[in-house]
Amino acid sequence: MVSAAPVLQVRQLRFRWKPALPPCLDIDDFSVKPGERLFLHGPSGSGKSTLLGLLGGVLVPDSGSVLALGQALSALPGAARDHFRVDHVGFVFQQFNLVPYLSVLDNVLLPCRFSALRAARARAASDGDLAHEARRLLEALDLPRALLARPATQLSVGQQQRVAAARALLGRPELVIADEPTSALDAATQQRFIELLLRECAAAQATLLFVSHDRRLATHFTREVALGDLNRAAVLQQEAA
Amino acid sequence: MKPLLQIAFASAWNRRATLGLAIAAIALSVTMLLGVERSRLAAREAFAQSVSGTDLVVGARTSPVQLMLYAVFRLGEATNNIRWSSAEALAKRPGVAWTIPLSLGDSHRGFAVLGTTPGYFEHFRYGYRRPLVVADGRAFSGTVDGVFEAVIGAEVARSLHYAIGQRITLSHGSGGEGLAEHADKPFTIVGILAPTGTPVDRTVHISLQAIEAIHLDWQGGAPIPGLAIGPELVRKFDLAPKTITAVLVGLQQRGAVFRAQREINEFDGEPLLAVLPGVALDQLWQVVGVVERTLLAVSALVLVVGLAGLVAVVLASLNERRRELAILRSVGAGPRHIAALLVAESVGATVLGTAAALVLLAGVSLLAGPWLQGQFGSAPPPGVSGVGEWKLIGLVLAAGLVAGLLPAWRACRLSLSDGLTPRL
Repeated sequence: MVSAAPVLQVRQLRFRWKPALPPCLDIDDFSVKPGERLFLHGPSGSGKSTLLGLLGGVLVPDSGSVLALGQALSALPGAARDHFRVDHVGFVFQQFNLVPYLSVLDNVLLPCRFSALRAARARAASDGDLAHEARRLLEALDLPRALLARPATQLSVGQQQRVAAARALLGRPELVIADEPTSALDAATQQRFIELLLRECAAAQATLLFVSHDRRLATHFTREVALGDLNRAAVLQQEAA
Repeated sequence: MKPLLQIAFASAWNRRATLGLAIAAIALSVTMLLGVERSRLAAREAFAQSVSGTDLVVGARTSPVQLMLYAVFRLGEATNNIRWSSAEALAKRPGVAWTIPLSLGDSHRGFAVLGTTPGYFEHFRYGYRRPLVVADGRAFSGTVDGVFEAVIGAEVARSLHYAIGQRITLSHGSGGEGLAEHADKPFTIVGILAPTGTPVDRTVHISLQAIEAIHLDWQGGAPIPGLAIGPELVRKFDLAPKTITAVLVGLQQRGAVFRAQREINEFDGEPLLAVLPGVALDQLWQVVGVVERTLLAVSALVLVVGLAGLVAVVLASLNERRRELAILRSVGAGPRHIAALLVAESVGATVLGTAAALVLLAGVSLLAGPWLQGQFGSAPPPGVSGVGEWKLIGLVLAAGLVAGLLPAWRACRLSLSDGLTPRL
C-alpha cells in the first residue's frame, strides 16, 4: 500500500477566481494515497470547495498540476476531464445532493448514465443488472426499498445524504470526495452516516477524502490534514491583514 | 445523448406549469402566424380566381386594371362603352368559343346591376373552373316575355332578406342614396345563386333587353319629361342593346390567346382593349399586397413576443436549477451537456407549441371551414398549404433553437463559475 502511486497529487498549485484577485489557493505539495481515509478540515471560506473543484477537474489551476490516478487533469481537454471525473470520482455534497425531479433510484444511477466504465463495473458486480447493484448499495446504506421509487424530495435530509453516498459509490470509483456531507445532520445521524460511508468505501475499495469544518469528526479517519497548513495563500492573507 | 434527453424531459415535466404557459404562448402566436399566412393565401387564391376560364376581358380602351375593376369587381364606372355591333363581331371571330356581354351602370340598394345573357350562367367560371349554381329558383329566361326577371347573388339575398318572387326596383346609376328610380318597371326575383366568394355574390343579374327596356324613356341620365312607357308596352319596342360595357371571351384554344388579344386590340370598328384576367389580377393584388405584408409582419412580431416569453421562462428557471446543474456536473455532465439540456428544452417547447398550433388550426378549419366557405366562398385549408408555410414553420423552429442559445450560454457560464458548489 505504501509504495502504490498516490490517488491524488497536487504540486505547486495556484488558483485565483479572477485575475485581479489575490490567489485563494497556493498549495506546494499535497497527496492522497490509495485506500486512505483522509480528513481535510478548515474553517468556512478557507477554500475547501475551491480545492475540491480543482481536484475534480471542474476548475482549472492558474499554475501547477493536479494528478489524479497519475493523470494530469489540466493536460486533458474539457470534455475528457468531465469524463475522467465521472469515471473515477464520486461526490457527496453538504445538502441538496439529489436531482429533485428524479426518483431515488434514478438519482443513484445518474453517474452510470454518463460513464460507461462505471456502468460496466456496476454490472460486473451484480450479474449485469445495474438497478440491482444500486438497490444493493441503498440497502447497505440502510435505505428501505419502499423509498426507491419516491421522488428524491420526499426523503429526510439524512436519507438524502445516504442516497448521495450510494450514488458516489455505484460503479466503484477509485476516489470518493465528500464535501461537508454531515453538516446538515444532527449528531446521532452524523455518526451513523460516517460509519456507513466508511464501511461502504472500504467494501468498494475506494479512497475517501472527507472535508469538514468540524474537527470532532476526525477520530474516524486514518489521517487528518488542516487546509490552513497546506494553503500558503491563507498564510499570506493573514500576514497582510 | 439519450439519457440527457430523459433528464431534460423529467426536468421540464417538473416545471410543467410555467413551461406549459410558455408553450401555450408560442402555440397561440404560431397559430396566428400560420393562420394569417393561410388566410392570406386563401384570400389571394379566391381573388385570383374571381374569374376563371375566361381567356380575355374586352372593353373600351382604358387601363387593364381599370377594366378589371369595373368589369369583374363592379368597382368604379366605365368611362366608355363599346358598341353592340363590336361585341357581335367578336362573337363571330374564328376561334371564339363563347362570349358573355356585360352591361353595367345601374344598381339596387348599393348592389351592382349587371345586364347579360343567359349564356352567363352557362359559361361563367370562378375558382377552379367552378360553374355558377342556382341555389334557389332558376336563371332568367332572356326572352321578351321574361324581360323583368332578375337573378340575385347570395350576399344580396342574405343582406336584403330577399326570396323568390320578391319584386324589386332598380336605381339609375350606382352608389349612394338619392338616385333616380326605375320605379315604373319593377323586377321579379326568379333565382338566387349559391355563394361564390366573388363579386357575383353582390350582383343583381338581369337580361340585356331589360337594361334597354328600363331606359327606353330615359335620356342623358334622367326620364324624358312627358314620355312614359309602361312596362306592358316595352315589348313593342326593339330591345336589342345599342352599347354594352364589356365582353368576357372564351376561346376554343387557350394557346391562341395572345394572337386573339393582339387582333382585338387592333380591331377596326372602334378602339378596344383585351386583357388577360390573370395578369391584370396579379397587378391588382400588388395594391392589396401592402395590407397582407403588414398583417404578416404583425404576426411575426407576436411570434417574437411568444419566443421572448420562452427565453424569459427558461432564464428565470436557471437560478432554481443551479444546484441541479452542479449535481449533473459532478456526475460527469460537461458544459456542452448542460447547454444541450437547455437548448433541448426550448427546441422541445417550440416544437410542441408549433404542433399544438397546427392541431388548433386544423380543428378550426374543420369546424369553421364549411361556414367560412358559405359566408365568404373561401376558407383556409386544414393542412399545411404550400412551401411558404413549411418555410415559416422552419423559421419558427430555428428561432426556437436560437432562443435556447441564450439560456444555454448563461447556464454554461454559471456551471463553470459555480464549480461543484453553487454560491447561492
